Amino acid sequence: MRVALFLTCVNDTLYPDTGRSVVKLLTRLGVEVDFPMAQTCCGQAHYNTGYRHEAEPLARHFSDVFGEYEAIVTPSGSCGAMVRELYPRMGERARAEGRGDTLAATLAPVVPKTYELTEFLVDVLGVTDVGAYYPHTVTYHPTCHGLRSLGLGDRPRRLLQAVKGLELVELPGADECCGFGGTFALKNADVSAAMGADKVRNAESTGAEVLCAADNSCLMHIGGTMHRLKTGMRPVHIAEILASTEEGPAA
Amino acid sequence: MSGTFVGMPVFPPPAHPAFPQAAHEAVNNPTLRGNLRHATHTIRAKRAKAVAEVSDWAELREAGKRIKDHTLLHLDRYLEQVEESVTAAGGIVHWAADADEANRIVAGLVKETGESEVVKVKSMATQEIGLNEALEAEGIRAYETDLAELIVQLGKDRPSHILVPAIHRNRGEIRDIFTREMSEWGRPAPEGLTDTPAELAEAARLHLREKFLRAKVGISGANFVVAETGTLVVVESEGNGRMCLTLPETLISVVGIEKIVPTWRDLEVFLQTLPRSSTAERMNPYTSTWTGTTDEDGPKTFHLVLLDNGRSDTLADEVGRQALRCIRCSACLNVCPVYERAGGHAYGSVYPGPIGAILSPQLRGTASEIDASLPYASSLCGACYEVCPVAIDIPEVLVHLRERVVQGGPVTREGNKVVLKPAKGHAAERAAMRAARWAFARPGALRTGQRLASRTRRFHPRTLPGPGGAWSDTRDLPPVPAEPFRDWWQRTQGQNGGNGDRGAAK
Ligand code: SF4
Repeated sequence: MRVALFLTCVNDTLYPDTGRSVVKLLTRLGVEVDFPMAQTCCGQAHYNTGYRHEAEPLARHFSDVFGEYEAIVTPSGSCGAMVRELYPRMGERARAEGRGDTLAATLAPVVPKTYELTEFLVDVLGVTDVGAYYPHTVTYHPTCHGLRSLGLGDRPRRLLQAVKGLELVELPGADECCGFGGTFALKNADVSAAMGADKVRNAESTGAEVLCAADNSCLMHIGGTMHRLKTGMRPVHIAEILASTEEGPAA
Repeated sequence: MSGTFVGMPVFPPPAHPAFPQAAHEAVNNPTLRGNLRHATHTIRAKRAKAVAEVSDWAELREAGKRIKDHTLLHLDRYLEQVEESVTAAGGIVHWAADADEANRIVAGLVKETGESEVVKVKSMATQEIGLNEALEAEGIRAYETDLAELIVQLGKDRPSHILVPAIHRNRGEIRDIFTREMSEWGRPAPEGLTDTPAELAEAARLHLREKFLRAKVGISGANFVVAETGTLVVVESEGNGRMCLTLPETLISVVGIEKIVPTWRDLEVFLQTLPRSSTAERMNPYTSTWTGTTDEDGPKTFHLVLLDNGRSDTLADEVGRQALRCIRCSACLNVCPVYERAGGHAYGSVYPGPIGAILSPQLRGTASEIDASLPYASSLCGACYEVCPVAIDIPEVLVHLRERVVQGGPVTREGNKVVLKPAKGHAAERAAMRAARWAFARPGALRTGQRLASRTRRFHPRTLPGPGGAWSDTRDLPPVPAEPFRDWWQRTQGQNGGNGDRGAAK
């Protein structure tokens, strides 16, 4: 199966380790991974801040770049939700504005083929034990768009539970938002920071070494808060845990 | 008529700071944070339990959504039906286009009775139009009879929650308010009043009883109006509403035009979803229904004031109109992480929380500072949509209204199609978004930027000066990696991915 990795602009720029981990993991599972060099950004930040019309060319570009692949895998719940939930909505809005079906038709092919990483592993590859080894105590934070827009459910948890050496501990208030919210983190910095601090306090109370999530944007906010509050915890993307093996442990 | 809308809202917006500034104090007030956290988490957990008991919740939610959508689609027809059926049952129907007109009508009706005081059932619509203040200006005193509204009124305070207006107050504060203020409004608080809930409730009961027995005019809103019979429905849990609806000689009900349901059968759905969503009760304690007037029983005169006040304009918007499905259960407030930390007052409206963030900027327009900032008062986490018993996709409407704020576009104001200009103060953001779009449409440009960041990474601080402080006042920045992923990919084509290569340049 020929699969395209849609890494997202944030991961490409700031979290290349997550990208390398996805490649390592999928390759290990027998998937042929390609990284189309023309990829950039899905347009989520534009769309969610109110710049839908600025997001449209980015969505069209996404469709151009990824349209030919059998499946598109992304290690980001919110960017996955952007394509799956909001691209169809963008098409509908364009139609409602009297701009015809062109945008909807352009975006339609990529919508059903786009998978968030844990969905792809569990639903498409049909695996929960990916042969990983990660000897640490981990607590899992389900990020909002993965949880509510994509409905990832217990997939990430099942994947983590199958990891050798990993002890999974429950995060109190797990399904409460961490307070990132894209430009919300800047526009409403006080409330965002208060939410982040509460999330970090809950995470600390578990005694885990690692807080794991399936979205680096949220982890950037949570991790930045952890670092500032001088907790001993580390934020780690789920791909890095699943890619880690006894022979090639995560850094 | 069509033209460029210069920003005059339907009714004057409050002189209220933008949401982030208004929230600043609440976020940093530990007592308030504690009160809100405790209250919202308690109701939140109870609601979840009450909803989980119902096996066909998803179907009820869908049914509620469809009933409301159907009614809103044919609102013109149902409004006429309401006027006919209420009139046939002996009621008198009045139409109010906006708050001023509604207030004028109500004040006029009270004056006709020769009375100078009224008792009130808890009602969002009358708060929305500022009825108490309007009556006060005409020399008419309005007494709130809902316990929490009484606390707010006596404390010369503003409500901070739809269902629990005094959620921001604790028992000690309530005792002090009663002791200090009750005597000014009527029967004083008993000597030596303590802050036990039973004593506080008894003090309120004695204070209010006197008013119920004396009042000749009652004022209410309504949760529903059943079009087929012209029946109004009030759902409450204290019984004070029942007193106001039955004891006075004249009853005046101010009701938003979106409160209609076509038939009694439709009520079946909402009388299941509303109590469980709001107070987590399986069945609502006091459900009062009345149809016009009845000889020898209840009020002899009944007036229904149908209130528009921005609702028709909201209805004209394809995406935004779903906000009119709201049944004011307040479940969205109780799960909202932003409401929990910012408190209700920050929303600058009688409608706080997620529903307020999508309703106020539609009813009032987006011209004021507070209304233009409300669509951003959310992390788009979607918890509100998940619990809403009429499936209002609040995040969708928030994003839609953000678009209205930053891009402008067509809206309906006072029934006229107008084109909004983009709001001021977003010019820098707009330029940044455009620049980002330009770069993202050109992978080469993105790459140049990434490489520049990587090359200069040794100079990157973990905090930022100026506006960047909004991030780095509380959060450290992640370190910039030695090379972006795409450079690694180009070097290795992913071949070393399986060998755990962490990037040679690291
Ligand atoms: S928007 Fe939905 S959840 Fe919020 S108050 Fe209205 S009906 Fe309840």
